[in-house]
Amino acid sequence: MSKSKSTLRIGDQPWVKWSLIGSALALVLLLLVVPLILIFAQAFSAGTESLWVNLTDTYTLSAIGLTLLVAAMTVPINLVFGVFLAWLVTRFEFPGRKLLITLIDIPFAVSPVVAGLLYLLLYGSNGWLGSWLMDQDIQLMFAWPGIVMVTVFVTCPFVARELIPLMQQQGREEEEAAVVLGASGWQLFRKVTLPNIQWALLYGVVLTNARAVGEFGAVSVVSGNIRGETNTLPLHVELLYQDYNVAGAFTSASLLAGIALLTLLVKSFVEWRQARQRAPESDQADSL
Amino acid sequence: MRASLASPALARNNKPGKRVLPGFALSLGVSLLFIGLVLLLPLTGLVMQAADMSWVQYWAVISDERVVASYRVTLWAAAIASVFNGVVGLLLAWVLVRYEFWGKRVVDALMDLPFALPTAVAGITLAALFSEGGWYGQLLAAVGIKVAFTPLGIIVAMSFTSLPFVVRTVQPVLEDLAPEDEEAAVSMGASDWTVFHRVLFPALWPALLTGVALSFTRSLGEFGAVIFIAGNMPYVSEITSLMIFVRLQEYDYAAASAIASVVLIASLVLLLAINLWQARYLRRLHGR
Repeated sequence: MSKSKSTLRIGDQPWVKWSLIGSALALVLLLLVVPLILIFAQAFSAGTESLWVNLTDTYTLSAIGLTLLVAAMTVPINLVFGVFLAWLVTRFEFPGRKLLITLIDIPFAVSPVVAGLLYLLLYGSNGWLGSWLMDQDIQLMFAWPGIVMVTVFVTCPFVARELIPLMQQQGREEEEAAVVLGASGWQLFRKVTLPNIQWALLYGVVLTNARAVGEFGAVSVVSGNIRGETNTLPLHVELLYQDYNVAGAFTSASLLAGIALLTLLVKSFVEWRQARQRAPESDQADSL
Repeated sequence: MRASLASPALARNNKPGKRVLPGFALSLGVSLLFIGLVLLLPLTGLVMQAADMSWVQYWAVISDERVVASYRVTLWAAAIASVFNGVVGLLLAWVLVRYEFWGKRVVDALMDLPFALPTAVAGITLAALFSEGGWYGQLLAAVGIKVAFTPLGIIVAMSFTSLPFVVRTVQPVLEDLAPEDEEAAVSMGASDWTVFHRVLFPALWPALLTGVALSFTRSLGEFGAVIFIAGNMPYVSEITSLMIFVRLQEYDYAAASAIASVVLIASLVLLLAINLWQARYLRRLHGR
């Protein structure tokens, strides 16, 4: 940033600048940093020994296991869907394209409790599909498949939302050239598309994972809250908190906060990589 | 047209109606199947449940005094929270784009924490901070302000979970703003404030409004973060999402569906309005 430009910008007098930066930092400290510190402080409040006891509690371990299972099933499903949808809406023109892009945002707008209710009404024992499934002896609600289903609903926009703006901006010339040169569909995706979108894809996956691991409202409607069976980590946090086991609740919460921090770290890394990808020449000059 | 500059093969294939890139049928099939099964099919359960009620019953449920009170609480809290986020978000975006300071990258990364942190974790953290013995609660109690277990707590929780929206919508627009208008105004001797509200704000407000609207939509549906800090007193601090949850726990599926349909329609209308508004605003930007 050039110094001479700053004289023709507003807000650059030192007192304006530093009072704005000061109030922004104070807000970030109060709204984001202190809450984050509190989570870990509370988790450690009863000493490391009780932290270990809380962590290795049978119900905590089974909640961690279920949460990992849900994420492991949700992420691949939404990864595949997100890539196909992004390919569809950024590489082809067809009627209804805009509608499709709006539809994919539904989970962002719908309250998670309503999302859970929608699934409960359809697949629960009273629903038209649920009662038929009941006759086949298949129970989806109040069991882990239901939790996976609502989590897929809640987290399905993330991969597509990360990919669509990037793929739109990159355009289709490179891919069209590859096709003209005789690349097959899979070669095209692996050799041309994937290298261009890999970092955005990574962030989409990490974001999907973070939300899948942390979903609360929708999951609490369809879970049935059976301890040791259908309790995910966020539901476990709620149960412990309501049992007045505050240190225990924050121990589980600190695991989830750790995943959130990891997500932010990956995001920063991805943004750094994308900035490098955009300016490869200057970067190579730097590294030489 | 740009195609005329490309190789003859590309130009030929760019003719409307002929698709160069492979995978149209496959990606359309996968996307429609997924959207149909995951997003649209569950709506049928709600429609069928609601169809079992007469209009009189439906109206009685959704205009019940306690339910109406929950709409009022939710709408007011979401409105105040999103306006607060509009002001704070604009300040944070401004500081992140216009100034260089130590720790800026960390602050920028932390900005997404509310999106990455599970809502239940945010809920117990805010409840612990603002409870009477908590770090913030003690200080606020000294000046006679009570946040936990009051409607004020709902506003705090909603603000926290939707804080990043305004920052992330205003930030890119502020970055891409052409400096010429600002430079011209400054060199003609206009005061900082005049330049801001006559030159910069007119360029920023569509993005700001989009961010506030997204923040409002998200706040209307927020559940996990709110229920821990709200106290959930009927008529006073009970949000509509919780109202649905309460009806479900009473096994009154019909009432839960009726209230959910109100919430669902409101959020879909908001989503559509935001998308239409964004499309119009983006066209205007590109049309220039």
